[in-house]
Amino acid sequence: MKTSFWLAGATALALAQPAVAADPIKIGFVSTFSGPTAVIGNDMRNSFELALDHLGRKMDGKPVEVIYEDDQQKPDVGKQKTEKLVQSDKVDFIVGYIWSNVLLASLKTAVDSKTFLISANAGPSQLAGELCSPYVFSTSWQNDQTPQAMGTYMNQKGVKSVFLIGPNYAAGKDMLAGVKSTFKGQVVGEEYTVWPSQLDFSAELSKARNSKAEAIFVFYPGAAGVQFLNQYAQAGIKQQIPLYTAFTIDELSLPLQKENALGVPGAQQWVNDLPNEQNKKFVTDYRKKYANLRPTFYGAQSYDAANLINSAVVAVKGDLTKKDAMKAEMEKVNFKSVRGPYKYGNNHIPIQNFYLQDVVKDGEGQLALKTVATIVENDQDRFHDKCPMK
Amino acid sequence: MKSKLNASNAVVAVVCAALVLLPIYSAATGNIFILTLLTRIIIFALAASSLNLIMGYGGMMSFGHAAYLGIGGYAVGILAAEDIGSGFIQWPVALAVSALFALVIGSLSLRTRGVYFIMITLAFAQMAYYVASALSRYGGDDGLTIYKRSTFDGLINLSDRTQFYYLCLGCLFGGIYLIWRIVNSRFGLVVQGVRSNEQRMQAIGFPAYRYRLTCFVIAGTICGLAGALLANNTDFVSPAVMYWTRSGDLMVMVILGGMGSLFGPLIGAIVYLVLEELLSQFTEYWALIMGPLLLLIVLFARGGIMGLLGRVRRG
Amino acid sequence: MFLLIEQLLNGLQFGLLLFLLAAGLTLVFGIMDFVNLAHGSLYMMGAYFAATFVGWTDSFVLGAILALAATLLLGIALEFVALRHLYGRDHLDQVLATFGLILFFNDMVRLIWGPAGLALPLPAWLTTPVQLLPGVYYPAYRLSIIIVALLVAAMLYLVVMRTRIGMLIRAGASNREMIGALGINIKLLFTLVFGLGAALAGLAGLMQAPILTVQIGMGENILILAFVIIVIGGIGSIRGAFLAAIFVGIIDTLGRAFLPDLLRKVLSGAAASTAAPALSSMLIYLLMAIVLVLRPEGLFPATKR
Repeated sequence: MKTSFWLAGATALALAQPAVAADPIKIGFVSTFSGPTAVIGNDMRNSFELALDHLGRKMDGKPVEVIYEDDQQKPDVGKQKTEKLVQSDKVDFIVGYIWSNVLLASLKTAVDSKTFLISANAGPSQLAGELCSPYVFSTSWQNDQTPQAMGTYMNQKGVKSVFLIGPNYAAGKDMLAGVKSTFKGQVVGEEYTVWPSQLDFSAELSKARNSKAEAIFVFYPGAAGVQFLNQYAQAGIKQQIPLYTAFTIDELSLPLQKENALGVPGAQQWVNDLPNEQNKKFVTDYRKKYANLRPTFYGAQSYDAANLINSAVVAVKGDLTKKDAMKAEMEKVNFKSVRGPYKYGNNHIPIQNFYLQDVVKDGEGQLALKTVATIVENDQDRFHDKCPMK
Repeated sequence: MKSKLNASNAVVAVVCAALVLLPIYSAATGNIFILTLLTRIIIFALAASSLNLIMGYGGMMSFGHAAYLGIGGYAVGILAAEDIGSGFIQWPVALAVSALFALVIGSLSLRTRGVYFIMITLAFAQMAYYVASALSRYGGDDGLTIYKRSTFDGLINLSDRTQFYYLCLGCLFGGIYLIWRIVNSRFGLVVQGVRSNEQRMQAIGFPAYRYRLTCFVIAGTICGLAGALLANNTDFVSPAVMYWTRSGDLMVMVILGGMGSLFGPLIGAIVYLVLEELLSQFTEYWALIMGPLLLLIVLFARGGIMGLLGRVRRG
Repeated sequence: MFLLIEQLLNGLQFGLLLFLLAAGLTLVFGIMDFVNLAHGSLYMMGAYFAATFVGWTDSFVLGAILALAATLLLGIALEFVALRHLYGRDHLDQVLATFGLILFFNDMVRLIWGPAGLALPLPAWLTTPVQLLPGVYYPAYRLSIIIVALLVAAMLYLVVMRTRIGMLIRAGASNREMIGALGINIKLLFTLVFGLGAALAGLAGLMQAPILTVQIGMGENILILAFVIIVIGGIGSIRGAFLAAIFVGIIDTLGRAFLPDLLRKVLSGAAASTAAPALSSMLIYLLMAIVLVLRPEGLFPATKR
């Protein structure tokens, strides 16, 4: 009985590579589809699917096949799934990656096999610097850029001292380093919490209150952002010390954060109300296709990733062996991004604007994110010098 | 390894033959991934086998066995990060550090019994986990990418999939052979005797504590080898390999396959990991099937799969 | 000074929350000799039930009571359908089976409530901070957790020490065969104890929901802490669980609060910031290892064998 099962397993795995007549464009998509942060992965998948709908589910006339893999928010699992996509499914592109640590673990597999990898979210500093690669592009940002914009905004507001709190993983460290690089005032405290398991921030909040800082800056993506805002409000610190954030309030967390998020500013390269045509189409159709949901910046970046890939496939007329030509085309950003036009630096990280977003009540009486101002224009990450590519 | 022809022996023979022949199948069909998957399974089977030595034969329910996977892996990873790429240094260090760790935690843990032993081994593994998380120089929580696999002066090339596969398979068979020798030696019989009646063995004059500790250290060392292999296989090591759920996975493999059966952990590792891979391809809700399946195995198939197969012959 | 008081309160609150979870676990473990990993799932179900019922009834208190009842019933049903067949089995069998239940419950919740997690809003009167001493503010809700948990602890103490059921429970914890021999309906007693444990887990889950989270897998990390507590306290001992829980809560919180600053005195700033959270999480396990090395059956062993 055992034998037959095992053989069945082996055959099923062998058959996992379907033989389709018209060579499809194969795209692997690695993101988190289980556990508490699965909502982010779902939004990325939704947006990617919508982009394919808009492209007629074809790239240069060829059908597109997407294989979604769940990284469970674990670096080792993400690495394993990337291996499967490269070796077993033999995909032409790999897209996704929410988490910096998962991306860093998976990077070598993709680069060694010369498979194009488009990071639709994670942007660890190593990726922009010494680990940059001709085969890796980002449709998001380098981690430090967004908090750098927030640091600049705090300078504009005349904030003199800040208390920093963030999770203890690659992106968390990058984020706090980013604020520190632009903020001109004094950093009176810096706390890291265990990621992703620590959800009680009472000890950190007590210290922040005691530090008498003029502002608190935090970075807590996903569910942790909900808890942080809850506890911040309940401890009564909201009335005492204003909060500045990066990647803590988005369309996914807002319905859970509710009034706690009102008036808390954040920085982002994309906000759902950006007034360009491509973005209006994206947001409107997203809300039409997925009832009761709103796209997030994670989704916007995934939507862009699909279009970036399409531009490369079209440029080489579907001949995916022409890797150099595809790389050259992607470097041109020859598609309409939902964030508006942007350029690529030598390290394939976007040079782009960052906007100030605020939480307001919209026309439908719901809480929504609104673009308030442009904080920085054409911002390039601060690690591009370390990238050996010219 | 009594050469009786029964269902479980037949299955073991078929599985081993299939494992030996797998690279040929892989080369013929171009399916590289099945080789990658099975390499991983074999490494976990080695780790599970070492756990079986103390759990199945020695009655020591360690809930911290994954710690050695991490220690072996970090020995390789840290040395590689410091530009010491030779496997002749990396691997002995991995084994020695694992043995030392086993010696220290074993000498303290073996003073407790039962659930307290389960929990104290867990505590030590968690401490190892947090120490690894605190190694900011070596990636901390995020883990450490290994850019070059261990080198063996041209003796064997670990970057070659087939060679690496056979190396892992060799380690597994070697490990199982070693365990078989230990179990059937005088030493092994004493350890098993201690499991069933410690007082009596003590009364006869065997220093039970020392025997158990030696057994504990041997198991830890074998698992450290599995850790070194795993780090080379994934080119990456992170604290996550030491987390308690990973120790739980190893326990599940052992119990699933059949505790105290020589090839049980191998069968358990194959079934557990292949099932996980297959179910997760069919449905996102794979755990909805896997969970009750585990419950049913416990309720109706005591002795794991090997026990079940043993019953097939009889019934 | 104020900071220390505030952090001690944070630690006490966390410890008491852990006690609610650990109390049920130690009862079930001590009396039935049953290792229940699915205890964390009951904690999760308590939070999901509460979030759902509070949404339906628009009342935090009413929703919480309904959720408690629901978790109690779920616990009893679980015991009846699956777990009672595992009594007397090897601990490892129990671990494997209840590990399977964790997998099942997590995906069940995902199927029913979706992957996003839920929010459990507080009534307005609990959202504002309370001034305890001049200059010392404390969130009202955290204060209410402390009060509720202390009441539950007192009630448990009275039930266990002063009633007939409590006498049987104590007898069961120290000698299982004994109460069976006394002609007590042991099956019913076990079901009741399991239900009580489930309700306590549910209470812990719903109490923490407004500050922490209502999400899948929320029970797993905290479950390990609960196990640590019952082992430190001595399996089967409510008193041991109570003291160990407070101890663990305070050590964990103080470690997180003050270890980074201590480390910065010895290490460079960046290395200290990264190492501190990991090392402070380690303190609890270090504590357990030390306790077990010195007292291999925990601080207050209930079982005399």
